[in-house]
Amino acid sequence: MNKVWWKILGSVLVIYTAIAGLLLGVPRLPILNESIRNLYFHVPMWFAMIVLFSISVFYSVKSLSSKSEIDDIKAVESVNAGIIFGLLGLVTGAIWAKYTWGQFWSFDPKQNFAAISVLLYFAYLILRNAIDEEQKRAKISAIYNIFAFPMMVVLLFVLPRLKDSLHPGNGGNPGFNSYDLDSRMRMVFYPACLGWILIGYWVYTIRFRIRSIEVKQQAN
Amino acid sequence: MKKILFSLLLTLATVQLFAQDNGVEMADKLRSDGKIYVVVLCIVIILFGLLAYLFSIDKRLKKIEKENFPKN
Repeated sequence: MNKVWWKILGSVLVIYTAIAGLLLGVPRLPILNESIRNLYFHVPMWFAMIVLFSISVFYSVKSLSSKSEIDDIKAVESVNAGIIFGLLGLVTGAIWAKYTWGQFWSFDPKQNFAAISVLLYFAYLILRNAIDEEQKRAKISAIYNIFAFPMMVVLLFVLPRLKDSLHPGNGGNPGFNSYDLDSRMRMVFYPACLGWILIGYWVYTIRFRIRSIEVKQQAN
Repeated sequence: MKKILFSLLLTLATVQLFAQDNGVEMADKLRSDGKIYVVVLCIVIILFGLLAYLFSIDKRLKKIEKENFPKN
C-alpha cells in the first residue's frame, strides 16, 4: 500500500465532495433545509472511524498470535487515527443537532452512546500508557481492544435503535436512505465515504511509519 | 450582406443590456445563489492546502525512511 494512486484518489474524492456536496441539488425537507448536506461530511467521519477501528482490532487479534511488535503498533496507531475522526464526528453531530434538534447536546441516546464509544478507545490508550512492560502491554491491550470493538458496534448501531432517538435510523425514525437519500445524494455520499476512509487510512499509515522509525531508533 | 452584418451588430449590442442592469462587468457567478461559491472556494482551498501538506509530510517521511531502512 505504499503506492500513491489511492492517496490521490482519496484527495480527489474529498475535494469533489466539497464542491458537489455544496452545489448539487438536494431534496427540500422541512427542519433540515440545506443542512441535509451535512450528510456528506458528518457521516463519512464515522465510517472512517469504524474502518480504522476495524483495522485496529484485526491487528490486535493478529498480534496475539504473532506476538510481533509491528502488529501491536499498527493496532494502536489506527486507534489514534480513528479517534480523531470520532471526535470530528461528535463535534459536527453536535453542531448539526443545534440547528435541527435545538441543542448541541440533547442527551440523545445516539449522542451519548457515540461519546461513550469514543471514551472506550480513550480508555484503550490510557491502559496502554499505564503498562510499562512491552509484552504485557501488547497482550492486555489487544484483549481489551477485542472487547472494545464489539461494544463500540453495539453502542453505535444496536442500543440507539432500542430507545427513542432523534437521530435518523434510530428509535423508530427511518434512516436517511428510506426517504431522502435519493440518487442525487448517493452520487456524492458514497464517494464522500470512500474518500474520507482513504484519507483516514492515509493518516494511519503516516502515524505507523513515524512510530516504526521511532521504535527502530530506540532499539539502536 | 451589409444588412445582415448590421442587424448582427445591433443584436450583439443588446446582449450586454440583457446581461447586466448597468452594463458593468462583475464576477456575478461568484455572487449568485447567496454567494455560496465563495464558501465552496474557501473550503476547496483549505482542503487543497491540507492535502498538499499531507503529501509533503508523506514525502519527508519517505526520505527519513530511506535513511533508516536502507534495504527497502
